[in-house]
Amino acid sequence: MAEIEGVSSWEHFPHRADMGIRGTGPSLHAAFEQTALAMTAVITSLDTVEAGQKVDIACSAPDDELLLVDWLNALLYEMDTRRMLFSRFEVRIEGGDLTGSAWGEPVDVEKHTPAVEVKAATYTELAVVCEDGGWMAQCIVDV
Amino acid sequence: MELKKLKKCSEYQWMAEPYGKMRVPVRFYGDRRLIEEMDEKVLEQASNVTMLPGIVGACHVMPDAHWGYGFPIGGVAAFDPDKGGIISAGGVGFDISCGVRTITTGLAAEEIQGRKGDIASLLARKIPAGVGSMGKLSLSPGQMDDMLTAGARWAVEQGYGHKEDLDHIEEHGAIAGAKPKCVSDHAKIRQKKQVGTLGSGNHYLEIQRVSEVFNEKIAQTYGLVKGQIVITIHCGSRGLGHQIGTDFLKRMVISAPKYNLEIPDRELACAPIDSSVGRDYLGAMRCGMNCALANRQVLTHLLRQAFSELFPRAELKLLYDVSHNTCKEETHRINGKPRRLFVHRKGATRAFGPGYEKLPPEYKDAGQPVIIGGTMGTASYILAGTKESMDIALGSACHGAGRSMSRRAATKKWRGADVMHSLAARGIIIKSPSLRGIAEEAPEAYKDVTAVVEATHQAKLSQKVAKLTPIVCIKG
Repeated sequence: MAEIEGVSSWEHFPHRADMGIRGTGPSLHAAFEQTALAMTAVITSLDTVEAGQKVDIACSAPDDELLLVDWLNALLYEMDTRRMLFSRFEVRIEGGDLTGSAWGEPVDVEKHTPAVEVKAATYTELAVVCEDGGWMAQCIVDV
Repeated sequence: MELKKLKKCSEYQWMAEPYGKMRVPVRFYGDRRLIEEMDEKVLEQASNVTMLPGIVGACHVMPDAHWGYGFPIGGVAAFDPDKGGIISAGGVGFDISCGVRTITTGLAAEEIQGRKGDIASLLARKIPAGVGSMGKLSLSPGQMDDMLTAGARWAVEQGYGHKEDLDHIEEHGAIAGAKPKCVSDHAKIRQKKQVGTLGSGNHYLEIQRVSEVFNEKIAQTYGLVKGQIVITIHCGSRGLGHQIGTDFLKRMVISAPKYNLEIPDRELACAPIDSSVGRDYLGAMRCGMNCALANRQVLTHLLRQAFSELFPRAELKLLYDVSHNTCKEETHRINGKPRRLFVHRKGATRAFGPGYEKLPPEYKDAGQPVIIGGTMGTASYILAGTKESMDIALGSACHGAGRSMSRRAATKKWRGADVMHSLAARGIIIKSPSLRGIAEEAPEAYKDVTAVVEATHQAKLSQKVAKLTPIVCIKG
């Protein structure tokens, strides 16, 4: 499948107690990848995390919004149990099934100075939309 | 929040009358300023809660309330299982049974003043905290199920603490009805090496000084002496709780149509208490509660070990342990009749008054201790539940200061190093792995805890007993 061209980016948006994460891109999977980057950036600076070790992820959900939350929570599970941080992501979505990979390294407190732990991705401010030929995916994460 | 949207019931109580799909009113507790400062989302979220089936009385909003997810943080709502009442994973949150415990030491502040730096460094080494941290224990599957069933009691049986500690914990250290088989393998794997870890964000272990006593009699009952040192631990159920929340929120969203539930906000995902999903969630949530109680018990053991190294004379006694993200089965008098209700307290603390039969005998006259965590630069408070509180807000009080600005806004306004230096200038030592984390937790990013506590006292939700000011704060 040819890559769709366009600019992908991530950002944080405000929530009183927690943090909003948003990813945009030319495709649904690009938006999901960017949202994952935004989530890592809640914890640490992305450029401190070497994308050396690969972890595979698979999840499925009845709609794109629930799938986004599942994708992020699956990443959090791997981060928590492997004690890793990730800085590179690749996602493929077909129907309600997501297969993906995350690359990163073990947590090093001195190197990464993690600011906060992300407990879970939530359904608050949850949206996955296609607009102006691009995709946007966002939600609030509980920290 | 525009006060003209609300009806004033008294100086410290306001009400939003039900309209549309709201089944009961929303009741706000606080002074005029605190309620005006609440974001509009609090009213929206509390109104959504009142639309859920089986709700009894009102959705009660505490003085420290702010925008949460589904439920407002600082929200209390009870549901009757015999009236199709629901239980909501969003109404408990991801950090199931996040809570606080305070421990008295018998030491005068002067005794530790000269060794503040030493105890801060020792605790930073001995208390596992922050992203990637591992506890000192690694549980086998059998041990995991035992811990989830018996909570702090399990921890004491393993040698972490004393039997007397259990008398000073809600549910006597372990809530009945926990069902480990309702907890996913994912949740148990996450927790395997996290027992006895502090977490991060707004969690802390803080050494404090009793700086003011408001009620001498109750302070004496609780063992609080002005000028003495106490230690407070704030944390929850760690990875297990987070995973249970994640698992059941999804399950409840997907099963809602099956139960004909119209959920105004997906984060309010819920199920009838009397349903297989509801019963499974109860069983799992109670495991989460026991996990948090065990966690704080193990941390107390590590704290006692560290303190005995530097201050062998200190006697660390547990004053009380309260949780503030729970759903508990309780009996309350509603219109003169006792009713069995499931009470959600999301960022709110149980505050039962004098005479409550499950209080330890020595606390029966005083009422249940209520611990309100402040910020690392302001103060925390000890209060006591009142008789009136049972009739006002189902025996509930606030849980802390509540944030007044987002984490993002805080890091734009303050630098972590500056926050640390300004606190150091006031004699407060902070230990944290991250300067950005410190900026996010800057004291000015939180509401005025003194105003919150004063409003709680004036609204008779609890009464003030003592004020605690920080000396050393360990963050993750």
